Amino acid sequence: MQQPRIEYKDITKRFMQNGGGEGSAIVAVEDVTLSIKDKEVVSLIGPSGCGKSTLLNMGSGLYPPSEGEVKVDGERVSGPNDHVAFMLQKDLLLPWRTIRQNVELGQEIKGTPGKQRRERARELLEKCHLGQFADHYPHQLSGGMRQRAALARTLAVDPTVLLMDEPFSALDAQTKMILQQDLAETLEREGKTALFITHDLAESVALSDRILVMSQRPGTIISEIVVDIPGRGNPMERRHQRKVADYVGELMELLHVGDQAAGDEI
Amino acid sequence: MNGSSGMSLRNGVISSAVLLVVILAAWEWGPAAMGVPAYIIPPVSDVVREFMIMQETEKLLMHSSITAAEVVAGFVLGSLLGMVVGYILGMSPATELVLSPYILALQIAPKVAFAPLFVMWFGYTVYPKVLVAILIVFFPVMVNVLTAIRTVDPDLKNLARSFRASRWTIFRKIEFPAAMPPLFSGLRIGATLAVIGVVVGEMVGGNAGLGYLLVFGEGSGNTAMVFVSIILLTLIGIAAYLAVIFAERKVLHYLPKDNAAHSV
Repeated sequence: MQQPRIEYKDITKRFMQNGGGEGSAIVAVEDVTLSIKDKEVVSLIGPSGCGKSTLLNMGSGLYPPSEGEVKVDGERVSGPNDHVAFMLQKDLLLPWRTIRQNVELGQEIKGTPGKQRRERARELLEKCHLGQFADHYPHQLSGGMRQRAALARTLAVDPTVLLMDEPFSALDAQTKMILQQDLAETLEREGKTALFITHDLAESVALSDRILVMSQRPGTIISEIVVDIPGRGNPMERRHQRKVADYVGELMELLHVGDQAAGDEI
Repeated sequence: MNGSSGMSLRNGVISSAVLLVVILAAWEWGPAAMGVPAYIIPPVSDVVREFMIMQETEKLLMHSSITAAEVVAGFVLGSLLGMVVGYILGMSPATELVLSPYILALQIAPKVAFAPLFVMWFGYTVYPKVLVAILIVFFPVMVNVLTAIRTVDPDLKNLARSFRASRWTIFRKIEFPAAMPPLFSGLRIGATLAVIGVVVGEMVGGNAGLGYLLVFGEGSGNTAMVFVSIILLTLIGIAAYLAVIFAERKVLHYLPKDNAAHSV
């Protein structure tokens, strides 16, 4: 069997509460096991505070799990590594750097020679339709453009796995669809593997091969849905498929979205 | 276009100039009209005449230069010290925890009260003046830098960490530049405080500088001389403040210019 690109094995993460002694730990995620194949895009959805971001941070090697292990390309993750790059809802562009310099940040830190890094940044900005904004500062760009620049910065270090935490949730509906399209095309073209955290049910169906549903805290995976709709590289087209509504309905059921709304009425 | 806020820049400048003339006229003839003697409030013409006389007899330029040099030295050294300590404490919460009661005590203590002590230690030299200025400039700069380093978005640091940045690289590429805008707010405050520190030092013990002339004028009942000294001290303060603003514009050029928006 093909080796998974990224793999979480029996992961549990506990956080100590502020000032608390023993036994006051919060269990953020409990006994999570998942694995993602090469070039596969998997969405992770679940209620707020269910530990999705915790999983992502452990995948990036920002902190270790309390139990279990994360493996990327068969190697145990013990800290930040070259295989993985992350992207958040916040664009995290540095205001004192131009867009091009922001895209180069990762390579610059890793010590890539200047000429090579500029070449790569230019090429990526061109692909992300930001070529003419290379020398602009972040505040001069719209939210959608800034998030595109963030994607270019993530791709610049050439990771095999992209971990994304609600990257489009701060954007308006139209911009969001355009960026989803861009992202899907990019992932397909570059052959990247991705773990995509989102609150947006339709987004998860449109963008992914597989959807993992998490429970309330302590978060654990309660269901897995394989999205059997062709054309993952073209979400605009995919959204028109009749099956999308069925999948969204199934997800609503799993997340008890209807129950919550009814509960609010009372 | 037409400024909706009521006044264009040009009208503003003209109005300010008119106001200046009115104030100078009131200063020249107002006190006499109300029976205030010249040894309480000397008219403008007396102050200008005194300014000329002081240039001849009191080496006014030399005194002003000494004060200005002390201000620059105190400001630069105090700012550098404030920056270094601010960065270190900002990056090391443990160090701050240990030092915070002492820093707080020193911050609350009126810094100018140290002037006599420094004069006793160093005599009638430039050191007491520069030291008071350093002490008084240090705090706003240090506190601003410390707070800025503390409040850098942790996700920005995580981003750098995910690229396998070292602690030093995170400081250089993220924290140091992120702390620039608050640093300049601290420097602006420091620039005006430096003048206060130096003047107090000169007033307490010295035989040179505008603070010395201030006390000398007081002792000899020369009100106009006191006025001249105050005006020159203010000018030095304004120059220091403008120098900081100028540097700030150069360094923080990347910030959106909200204030300039109305002139477009």
